Amino acid sequence: MAKILSPEEAVKLISSDSSIMIGGFGNIGNPKKMIDLIADTELKNLTIIANDLGTPNVGLGRLVRNRQIKQAIGSYFTYNTEAAELYFEGKLNLKMMPQGTFAESIRAGGCGIGGFYTRVGVGSDVTEGAETKEINGRKYVFVEPLKADFAILRARKADRLGNLVYERTARNFNPIMATAAKFTIVEVDEIVEPGTLSPEEIVTPFIYVDVIVPVGRGE
Amino acid sequence: MRQLTDTEIRTRIAKKVAELLPDGGFVNLGVGIPTQAVNYLSPAKKLYIQTENGMLGVGPAPKTEADIVPNLINASRQPITETPGCCYFDSATSFAMIRSGRMDATVIGAIQVSERGDLANWALPGKGVLGPGGAMDLVVGVKDVIVATQHVANNGKHKLVENCTVPITGLEVVNTLVTEFAVFKFINKEMILVEHSSDVTLDDIKAMTSAKYTVANDVKAWEVD
Repeated sequence: MAKILSPEEAVKLISSDSSIMIGGFGNIGNPKKMIDLIADTELKNLTIIANDLGTPNVGLGRLVRNRQIKQAIGSYFTYNTEAAELYFEGKLNLKMMPQGTFAESIRAGGCGIGGFYTRVGVGSDVTEGAETKEINGRKYVFVEPLKADFAILRARKADRLGNLVYERTARNFNPIMATAAKFTIVEVDEIVEPGTLSPEEIVTPFIYVDVIVPVGRGE
Repeated sequence: MRQLTDTEIRTRIAKKVAELLPDGGFVNLGVGIPTQAVNYLSPAKKLYIQTENGMLGVGPAPKTEADIVPNLINASRQPITETPGCCYFDSATSFAMIRSGRMDATVIGAIQVSERGDLANWALPGKGVLGPGGAMDLVVGVKDVIVATQHVANNGKHKLVENCTVPITGLEVVNTLVTEFAVFKFINKEMILVEHSSDVTLDDIKAMTSAKYTVANDVKAWEVD
């Protein structure tokens, strides 16, 4: 059964030098409250695994401004112009992956698979140095799985066990990240009793969820 | 051949793309001109639009502020609406449907396209673009990769070139190329001019295209203002 903690209690579980998956796409479906609390701490040297880094000083953009990030792994950081400046000055380490390859490597990390071959990115800079293999006459590149110490996510509702449902396009990377971290913390609009959610509608089964953080609708 | 305004160029390309999109098709649209193409679809044509951040059955942009739905955006971060039968899924599932060849068409922009159908569309060195997003996945997996681009860059540099000189999105991935003056098809690594606008001659096109191409026997001219 998942533990229910306040955002302030939950942020104390995180340590410097850890790797953290953060759900969200373009500041939708990201755990805004938890990100803001991390930005208010002295946590540093973080490896952030997230599709994007928000916008300047908003969402993960706050961790960029505070220089709390050692490396970010994701697919599209362009919306954060500050991250771009730091990157071109050599002050921020970014690993850029094709978005589907990024998603699939998280999925692989979460389901006990040791990586996969894909045709995506063959011949481009982002797969430089990767092992290649010819399959049915076409060239593929190997991609390793992605895992993390923590996943910090956002869902619409959780029941007290930790079963999750999402809302519209706020689902994005959250369900796969829930499976790929050693410890999963989920910010939710509300917590309901087990049995309230239809077993058919549950997207993330409660086995993946360690901590639920109620923050209220729209917060 | 007169100089076209930016709006004229975009409108022309968007109209032509709208014509090429398959009725009943599953389609993913990139930012800018591709999204604009939807405005010019013939009323009889129905598309099922996918957005890679996890939705199939994307509806039009909300008409008023009051119609904005929480937690509902497309991959360009613009608010969208639902259509009856639309569905949501996670990012891995989204790209699974893209990579596995189930999507009929994608429309994306280009910095350069080579004569073999190589596409460069994500990074201009030093221009602050950080990461390919979903473009590399789309061009590899989707059945008809339609590139929508201005024929020549604003600085006069050719965009349809022998070899791409900026970072590659995908090799030999373009199927259809639409500019304000021409439509090319790529078949067996060969670039073929299949249509051109009525305000340009074949020689005009040749002069603004560094890529080697052949002209289809039944090349058509489409009427423009």
